[in-house]
Amino acid sequence: MASGLHKSDVANPVLNWIDARLPVITMMQKEYGTFPTPRNFNYFWNFGALAMVNLLIMIATGIFLSMHYTAHTSMAFDSVERIMRDVNYGWLLRYAHANGASMFFIVVYTHIWRGLYYGSYKAPRELLWMLGVVIFLLMMATAFMGYVLPWGQMSFWGATVITNLFSALPLIGPDIVTFLWGGFSVDNPTLNRFFSLHYLMPFVIFGVVFLHVAALHITGSNNPLGIDPKGPQDTLPFHPYYTAKDSVGLVAYFAVFAILVFFFPNALGHPDNYIPANPLVTPPHIVPEWYFLPFYAILRAVPDKLGGVIMMFASIAILFVLPWLDTSPVRSMRFRPLARPFLFTWLVSFFVLLYCGGKPPEEPYVTISRVAAAYYFLYFLVILPLLGRLERPLPLPESIARPVLRGGGPVMAGAMSKPMEKA
Amino acid sequence: MADSMAQAAPQDGGTRRDFLQLVTASFAAVGVGAMAWPFISSMNPARDVLALSTTEVDLTPIAAGSAVTVMWRGKPVFVRNRTPEEIKEARAVPLSELRDPQTDQARVKKDNWLVLVGVCTHLGCVPLGQKPTDPRGDYGGWFCPCHGSHYDTAGRIRKGPAPLNLAVPDYAFNGDAKITVG
Amino acid sequence: MRVFHSLRAFSLAAGLVAGAGLATVATPARAAEGAMHYPEVRFSFDGLFGHFDRASAQRGFQVYKEVCSNCHSMHLLSYRNLSELGLSDAEVRAIAATVQVQDGPNDEGQMFERPARPSDRFRSPFANEKAARAANNGALPPDLSVITKAREGGAEYIHALLMGYEDPPAGVTLMPGMNYNKYFAGHQIAMAQPLSSEGQVEYTDGTKPTVEQMVEDVSQFLTWAAEPELEQRKSLGVKMVLFLTVLGGLAYAVKRKVWADVH
Repeated sequence: MASGLHKSDVANPVLNWIDARLPVITMMQKEYGTFPTPRNFNYFWNFGALAMVNLLIMIATGIFLSMHYTAHTSMAFDSVERIMRDVNYGWLLRYAHANGASMFFIVVYTHIWRGLYYGSYKAPRELLWMLGVVIFLLMMATAFMGYVLPWGQMSFWGATVITNLFSALPLIGPDIVTFLWGGFSVDNPTLNRFFSLHYLMPFVIFGVVFLHVAALHITGSNNPLGIDPKGPQDTLPFHPYYTAKDSVGLVAYFAVFAILVFFFPNALGHPDNYIPANPLVTPPHIVPEWYFLPFYAILRAVPDKLGGVIMMFASIAILFVLPWLDTSPVRSMRFRPLARPFLFTWLVSFFVLLYCGGKPPEEPYVTISRVAAAYYFLYFLVILPLLGRLERPLPLPESIARPVLRGGGPVMAGAMSKPMEKA
Repeated sequence: MADSMAQAAPQDGGTRRDFLQLVTASFAAVGVGAMAWPFISSMNPARDVLALSTTEVDLTPIAAGSAVTVMWRGKPVFVRNRTPEEIKEARAVPLSELRDPQTDQARVKKDNWLVLVGVCTHLGCVPLGQKPTDPRGDYGGWFCPCHGSHYDTAGRIRKGPAPLNLAVPDYAFNGDAKITVG
Repeated sequence: MRVFHSLRAFSLAAGLVAGAGLATVATPARAAEGAMHYPEVRFSFDGLFGHFDRASAQRGFQVYKEVCSNCHSMHLLSYRNLSELGLSDAEVRAIAATVQVQDGPNDEGQMFERPARPSDRFRSPFANEKAARAANNGALPPDLSVITKAREGGAEYIHALLMGYEDPPAGVTLMPGMNYNKYFAGHQIAMAQPLSSEGQVEYTDGTKPTVEQMVEDVSQFLTWAAEPELEQRKSLGVKMVLFLTVLGGLAYAVKRKVWADVH
C-alpha cells in the first residue's frame, strides 16, 4: 500500500480523478454517508451537530466583526458602537455573535447533559468524553476573553476579577497576574492580547473538535439504551436518516437563536456593559455572563480565596475523571432507577448554582450555594462510586432493534439492505 | 444544512419524497443565501465612511501657476490654478494625438481651475508635479515616478503605460472662491 | 409511538426555551437591582412590530438640544443620523450649521471653530470629563448615546427618572447639592429636575409641551439614539421567524418521509 491510487466509486470522472488521489469524497461518504449509526437516537443527539454549526457561526461572524473592531482601550467601545450604527448589518453580526455565545453554551450544556444521562462517557468513550471537556474549557476561555473586547464596565471588571483568581496561587500568584495583564492592571496590553487569543482559540477548538469527531467515529455513537449495536439491524446509515433528523433540530435551534437576536438581543447581556470601562469605578454588582454563573457561585461559596479558586476549577476538572468515578457497567440512566433521581438532583443543584451566582453574595444565597456546591461534588465523588456497587440496574434489552420494533410498525428488512442513496 | 438537504435528493424512485426534499433544499438554500448577504454587505463602505465623502476647498490662497492637494475619500485631489500659457498649451493639442481623447474644455468648469483625482490610472501611484520643485514630465503637467507616465496640463495621459487621463471628480463651485468635491 | 416521539421532541424544545428563559431570569441579578419598579409606560417601539414615533422623537431631539445637551454629551451620534428621524437633508444641514465644532489644525497649525456639517458628531458640552465634573459639582453627567441600553429598565427607567422628582419624605436629609428622586438608586441625584414646567420647550408642531409630553418625547428620542437599528431588526426578525416556521415544517415533513420505513 506504498503507492498507487485509491480505487474510487465516484461516478463523475472529474470527482473520481480527485477522489483517486485524495479520497475526501470516499471519506465523507464513509463518515457521514453510510456511517452506521444506532437507529434509536432521540433529539438529544442533535446537539453535537448543533454545536458544530454554532462554532462555525461564531467563527464567521467573528471574522467579519474583527474587520471593523479596534483593539485599543480608547477606541474599542466606540468601534463596537460604530459596528452597531454605521457598518451595514453590523448590528446583526454583533448581536448574532454575542447571543451566539449564549446559544453555544445552551447547546453544549445540553450536549454534556445528554452524555451524563446516557452514560456516554463510559468505556470505550472515555477519551472522546475528555476531549469534549477540553473543548468546554477552551470555549470558556474564549468566551471570557471575547466578553472583554467591547471594553464596557462589565468587560473591564470581569477581566479584573477573573485574572485576579490567579493571584490566589501561593508565591507566584502576583507575578502570574502581572504576566497575564502585561502591566499592573487590566489595560491596553491586556485588551490586545485578549483580542489576539480570542481570534486564535476558535481554531484550536476546531482542531480539538476534529479529534473529538475522529474519536467518535472509532467507538461509534452511544444511544439512549446505552447498549452496543449488535449488527446491521441495529443501525441506520447516517445519511439520510440523521441528516434529516439533524436538519429538524437545526431549524428549531435557528428559531430560538433568531428570537434572541431579533427581539431580545440584550436580554442575556448586562446593561453595565454599555457603559465604557472606567478603572476608577466598580459597578455596584458585578456578575459574569450567565453561562459562568454556576462556577462563579462555587467560587463564592468557599470562604477561602485559594480554596474557592481550587473548588471552581475542580468542578470542571472532575469531569475528566468521571469515567472512572462512575463504577456502574450500565450506561443509560433508563436502566438505573436508583441513580436517576440523584442525577436529576445534580441537575437541580447546577441550576440552583446558576441562579445563586447571579445574586449578591448575601444570605440566603450563600448558604444555598454552599449546599448546592456540596451536592455537586458529592454526586461525583461519593454517590456515583457507591451506586455502582449498591444499585441493581433494570434488565437491559437484548438489542437496539428489539424495543424499537416492539413499538409496532411493519418489520423492515433493515435500512442497510436498501440501495444506498447517493451522497 | 443546505448541503445535507441537497445531498438528500435520492436517485431512486419515491417522487413525493424527491419533490418534498427539493422544495426543502431550495428553501434552505434561499435562507443560507439570504444570511450570506449581511456578511458581504458589511464589507461595503459603512454609513460614516459614505458621509465623509465630500470635501470643501477654499480657492483664494491658490495663486496662478500653483496647486494644492486635498484629501477626498482617502485619496489626493489636485486643484491647480492654471496660467494662460498652460491653458493655451492644453487646448492646442489635436485630439488625434491623445490616447484617451478628451478636450480640455470638457475637463474643467472654469478655464483656469483644473480639479483632478491625483491617482495615476496605471496602478494607483500619486504623480509628481504639485510642488514647484517636482518634475512635471515631458508635457508640463504631471509625471508618475512609479512607471513613467506623463500627463499634460489638462491631466491627460500623453506617454507611458497609463491607459486613461487623470480622473475628474464630481465637484461644484460654491460661489467663486470655493469648491465642494464629491 | 409517533405521538410519543413528537411529544418528546416538543418537551425537548420546551426545555431548551425554558433553559434560555431561566438563564434570562438568573442573569445579571436583575432582581437584586430591580427591586425598583418603574411605572409601566407603553412606547410605540415595544413589541414584535414596534416602530419609532418619528414626530415624537423629533420633539425629543428638540428637548435634548434645548435642555439636556447643556450638560449631557451624545458623542456617538452625528447630525446626519437625524435624517433617519424624517428630517430632510436641508433641515439636517441647517441644524448642524447652528453649532460650532472644532476642526484643524489649519495650514498655520491652529485649531479653529467652524459650523458643523452633517457628518460631524454631536458637539459635547464639555471638553473632557474633568471639565464636566468641575462644572457639575464633581458629578459627571453621563453620555446619553446608549443610555437606554446602559440602564436596567431602558426607556421606562428614563421616563420614571424624569418624572420621579419629588420632595424628600420626612426624615430624609439631602446632601448639599442633591435632589430627591424616588426612582434613582439611593434616591439622591445630583441632577436637578431637568423638565419641570409646562412650556419649557416650545414645540413647533402644535403639541402641548406638558412635562409628561416632553419626558415621553425625550425617552422616545433616546431609545432611537441607542438602538437606531430597532425597526430594521424587528421587521427582519418577523420575516426570519416566518421563514423558519415554514422551513421547520418542511424539514419535519422530510424527516417523517425519510423515516417512514424505519418506524
